[in-house]
Amino acid sequence: MTLKEKLNQQQVTEYYRMMLLIRRFEDRAAQAYMMGKVRGFLHLYSGEEAIAVGVMSVLKPQDYVVTHYRDHGHALARGIDPKAAMAELFGKATGTSKGKGGSMHLFDASINFMGGYAIVGGQFPLATGFALASAYKGTDQVTVCFFGDGALNEGEFHEAMNLASVWKLPVLFLLENNLYGMGTRVDRTYAGGHDVYKASEHYAMEAGVVDGMDVLAVRDSVTDAVDYIRQGNGPFLLEAKTYRFQGHSMADPGEYRDKEEEAEWLTKDPISNMRRQMLEEDLLSEKEIQALESEVDQVLDEAVRFADESPFPEPEALFENVYVE
Amino acid sequence: MPEITIRDAISQGLKEALDNDERVFIMGEDVGYYGGAYAVTKGFVQEYGERRIMDTPISESVFVGAGVGAAMAGLRPVVEIMTINFSLLAMDQIVNHAAKIHYMSGGQLKAPVIIRTVTGGGAGLAATHSQSLEGWYATVPGLKVITPATPYDALGLLRTAFKDENPIIYAEHDLLYRTRGEVPEEYYEVPFGQARIAREGTDITIVANSGMVRVAEDAAKKLEARGVSAEVIDLRTLRPLDIDTIAKSVHKTNRCIVVEETWRFGGFGSFIASEIQEIAFDDLDAPVARVGCADVPAPYSKPLEDLQIPNGDTIIREIERVIGL
Repeated sequence: MTLKEKLNQQQVTEYYRMMLLIRRFEDRAAQAYMMGKVRGFLHLYSGEEAIAVGVMSVLKPQDYVVTHYRDHGHALARGIDPKAAMAELFGKATGTSKGKGGSMHLFDASINFMGGYAIVGGQFPLATGFALASAYKGTDQVTVCFFGDGALNEGEFHEAMNLASVWKLPVLFLLENNLYGMGTRVDRTYAGGHDVYKASEHYAMEAGVVDGMDVLAVRDSVTDAVDYIRQGNGPFLLEAKTYRFQGHSMADPGEYRDKEEEAEWLTKDPISNMRRQMLEEDLLSEKEIQALESEVDQVLDEAVRFADESPFPEPEALFENVYVE
Repeated sequence: MPEITIRDAISQGLKEALDNDERVFIMGEDVGYYGGAYAVTKGFVQEYGERRIMDTPISESVFVGAGVGAAMAGLRPVVEIMTINFSLLAMDQIVNHAAKIHYMSGGQLKAPVIIRTVTGGGAGLAATHSQSLEGWYATVPGLKVITPATPYDALGLLRTAFKDENPIIYAEHDLLYRTRGEVPEEYYEVPFGQARIAREGTDITIVANSGMVRVAEDAAKKLEARGVSAEVIDLRTLRPLDIDTIAKSVHKTNRCIVVEETWRFGGFGSFIASEIQEIAFDDLDAPVARVGCADVPAPYSKPLEDLQIPNGDTIIREIERVIGL
């Protein structure tokens, strides 16, 4: 499938730019982590960008997005300000959560980005709640709930899949199957085999599978799934096959993955493949692509500078926002 | 003034909220056609319909989380957990999610969900169905914990709960549903964090909540015949906790005993004792005493269960020791 058949030049530019922004945001975050400017856990989304960008390209502003702790990509693709996101990683008062959430807990209520959640599977029940609210109010909002293969064996997955199906809630359960729950391969922990989307059969739920390394394929599958949901048919489970190019977190020595497997997945890099395709199809010239890339770098220079120069929260902030007054 | 039961008072408060606020709905196990395990929502589904009175699967984590999510999306859900013992299955959603959303999002999101549940032992239900765990939840910043002991408070506190923007644990004692009391026909509210002097006295302050208030009052009556004047304080809410009212009372009585229907180890009574000893040390003629459950799982057999839960005699014996009768 060529890009031209499906996308106009503006869309091609937009998707490539956003995937690159995510990849390079992660590179900057990793650098900052090595310099001690980012603390705690840092989970990079590198390699999985086509999923976030493909999904968000389909959603409407009023839709809800909720995700796990590997959340930078979803947040950026949804439209979070890279400056505020980077400042949050730096623990600064100008961060999305004023420095109280950190990398694993990005939020932007103004764009219905309902958060990154760091308890594996914890976002499932919340997602059914957002969808329940939409159904209750009679809106046509869709909730997208991202989760990883590591969350498959949490009881909350079963509970949420069942409730969403019984109540026909407008949720897209979007599995990012990157084959490893932290360091353990999915076939060593999940009894249902490699094609996890088939789990939907037990819940009488529609499901599909997509190449998560191809932004266009993701966009197409999500378009169909979201149309199906918006028409009032209930939830949908979409499995995107993907791979993370970095370790589970910055603390991961990465000794559990086969080097050949890694090399093979690297050939599926959604960003370099799209770049090559754009050139082959004459959608953008080398010069135009380079201009785009340096613009992304400028945005990230600015984000890192902003995060660096922003103040840390004042001590009073410690006690703010515990309760709604 | 009409005399009604606590069950009626809670039902009335729920109906008022359903009548006055379209955002309010109730969900939980058997709250609909069964009428609620403790009959609090009897007849509700017939009156308000399935849209607003939702029977859920037996999936505590997902329906509590769905309540949290729906609250984050602008609704005012009431979630009923059949007993507080089952709330452990939803503890992740309550403690890791509901209690944290506002803080972790830097104040962007809030989760005004009311979690109604049933606490207390004494009904011969053995170890897994007889615990009073509201004190655990009271240790978590971000939650409010309400424990009414009278029909007046049950209604007044529930009205306040519906105006509060925070996640609330509203714990109803299983043996108090039939307790009768006067409830005015004109509208009133009972604010959170304001303890009630259930009985005035001058010789010792007995602090209690929920089912233990009645037990403490009975003990106080018996002591009166022996010339001991005990003041009984009903905490009403464990968080916010009204230490001031206790301290003022101790200033008058110079002695204090805290009664709780749970284990003394780490119980909320330990916090109250420590606070009172810090604030009112000079007022105290004796160390703050504590009465709690025997430090064992709740037994089934009646004679054993009677020994496990504090009763009037246990309280009186401890007061005799404190006063030196």
